[in-house]
Order: sequence, then C-alpha cells, then structure tokens
Amino acid sequence: MCRVVDLQQAVLAKNDATADALRAELAGRGTTVVNLLSSPGSGKTALLERELLLAREGGVPVAALTADLATENDAKRLARSGVPVKQVLTDGLCHLEAGMLARHLEGWLPDGTRLLFVENVGNLVCPASYDLGEALRVVFASVTEGEDKPLKYPTAFGLAHLVVVTKTDIAAAVEFDEAAFRAHVEQVNPGVEVVMTSARRGEGAGALLDRAMAVADGGAVHAPVMGRPQNDHHHHEAASESHPQPHSQPHAHTQAAVRPVESSRLFGAVPGVVAHSRP
Amino acid sequence: MHEMSIALAVVGQVEEAAARAGGVTAVTSVRLKVGELAGVVPDALSFCFELACAGTVLEGAELVTESVPGRAHCASCADDWAVGMPPQLCCPVCGEATAGLLSGRELRIADVHWEDGPARERTREPISEER
Repeated sequence: MCRVVDLQQAVLAKNDATADALRAELAGRGTTVVNLLSSPGSGKTALLERELLLAREGGVPVAALTADLATENDAKRLARSGVPVKQVLTDGLCHLEAGMLARHLEGWLPDGTRLLFVENVGNLVCPASYDLGEALRVVFASVTEGEDKPLKYPTAFGLAHLVVVTKTDIAAAVEFDEAAFRAHVEQVNPGVEVVMTSARRGEGAGALLDRAMAVADGGAVHAPVMGRPQNDHHHHEAASESHPQPHSQPHAHTQAAVRPVESSRLFGAVPGVVAHSRP
Repeated sequence: MHEMSIALAVVGQVEEAAARAGGVTAVTSVRLKVGELAGVVPDALSFCFELACAGTVLEGAELVTESVPGRAHCASCADDWAVGMPPQLCCPVCGEATAGLLSGRELRIADVHWEDGPARERTREPISEER
C-alpha cells in the first residue's frame, strides 16, 4: 500500500539535539564554547594565538581545538601560547558537526576549562549550518576579503553573535571601506557588534576574550534575526503547514507521524514561539 | 559542499521513521522544504541524495525540494517583506532592527511516500531491506 507519511522533521534535528546536549553538559562543567568561523587565510589562528596568550597571562583557564582538512600547523602555532590545544583533522570534510566535537572532547578537555575556542574548518558556507553547542559564534573577515563578504556569505554572517575584522594594519593599503563593510553586516545581521583587530599591531587585543568571558559569566548574547525562531503564527499559509490537509491516500498518522522536532535555535521554525535571546 | 552530510541526514531520518513504522518495502519519494536562507543548494543536494540512497530502503527514491522564500516581519511597524538574496533584514520601512523571520530558514523533511506490507508476490529475489 502506498502511504504518505508526514514526518515534519528538521533535517539537522540530530545535530541540533547533540549540540544542545553538549552545551548543557559543558555548561555543567563550567565550560563555554566559542565557535570561530572564517574563510581560509583570514587570520583566525594569528588572532586566536594572541587571545590564548592573554588568557593564560590573565589566569583564565582556556583551551583550543582547531579543525583542518590536513596538517597540524595550526595546533603547533596555537600551542605556543602554552594552553591545551588539540588538532582535529577532518580528512577532507568541510565542517565540524556537534557529534564530532563531542567525541574529540572526550578524555581531552581539561577539567576547569572556562572557555573552549573551536577554530572551525576555514570555510564560510558549510560550518554555518552546524550548531556545535557553542554559546558564542564569531565570524572573522580580514580587510583583504572585500567589503561585500557579509552579503556573499549571508548565512555565516547572519548567524554570528560577534563579527571580528582582522588585519586592520593593512586596511589603508587595500583601501578597506569600513563603513561599507559595517553596513553590509548590518543588512544581514542588524545589531551585531563588529570589532576591528590587528594581531600584528595589537588593535582590539583582548576583545574576543572579553566578549567570550562576558558570555561565560552569563551576560546577554546578541540574538541574530536569522537565528531567532521563526514566528509565523499570524500567517495562515505558514500555519497550515503544521496542520496538513488530509491526503487522498491512506495516511499513517501512527508512530511514524512524529511531531516537529525542529530546534528553536539556529534552525528554528516553531510556530507561535516568541523570539528570545540565546542563553 | 555539505550537501552530502545533509543528504545522509535525510536518508538516516527516513530510514529510522520507516523502521519505526515497520513493514516499509520501498520509499518512493521524499519532499523537503528548503528555505532560501538555509544555505543549501537544491541541485547539489539532489545529486548527493541519489548516492546516499544507494543500498537503503530509499534506493531510487525521488527527492522533491520545495523552495521557501524568506519573509520577515517588523515588530515596530508591522511591515512584512520578502528579504531577497542577499537578504535585507533591517526593516525597509522604518529601518528598525526589530525584525523576525516568518520563513526562509526551513530545512525540513515535509513528507515521505512509501510502500508497505503485506508483501506482494515477489517477482525477484528480495533485497535485504525487504525482509
């Protein structure tokens, strides 16, 4: 018999559930995860190396996990700061998923870690779709990448809690238009903070660490428009989606008819739920 | 290109639903809702879906993707607008940053067509998924 079965399941529900569980587990251990996204070569590692050193000097227990397709070069650089560092090789996979992160943390993450920085694979497309259980998502862009980067990668920039501009020491040489960049960020993520940094000259030193510590201490986190739960209760067309019309064919509304399990976080679409800030 | 991971997640969830329902002999189609802000390319997903289905109860299943346009609503002035691509998420009327998305971030399995028992007369050797 041919059946039409309403599943109504978020495709990434499993990753979201794993991420939520990891977030809760790590919060219980006093650890806050910071997920760092950028294109390859944006200067993520250089900036992170400096922030890790500042954390160590300030007596803040931090750790870093860095993901790359190949080589341990980044881990070696980050380890110079003297904090615990782990390299994850994804063997060609373009992004980290929550389950992968959880497996890599098992037996490695030192007790008492206050902040865990996760340097995602250098890629602004795929990592944007995967919640890793972070409390703070940071997107980096260097001044050499063009002011329209936020418009070209709207999902990555649109879901960021903080945007960090790197390499400002060469901004004049590449004629970086800061106002245009900020306007483009504002278009896809109204209200998100943009921080200007230069790992070489020290501009914005400690800003990333400050923002991460504020979140770890329970401070409010920016709620991106794109990340807020979709509030479509006053739209009849959208509302009818959750109450499908009967199909002409036999309908299996038994065990297979699972209620929507979409996360109310990054992939939120829970009708009638009012937008709220992430914890 | 994370469409393969997405395709594998779709196949995994449909397989689980079919196993829970019991007696499913073949999945003929899967309908996905893909928001324009979901960051997924439907063509790439279709290609990966075919590969991900191989050797499962979904083998040969058709993937139907329904694109969902991004729309936003301004809490300040109650304006609704199509966000477009790249999206405009500040209210075009009052300029306030108080918008909420109404749609566009969907990446959801809507429904699935499948065949289930009692098993019909077989005209060929059963494959493992048809036990």
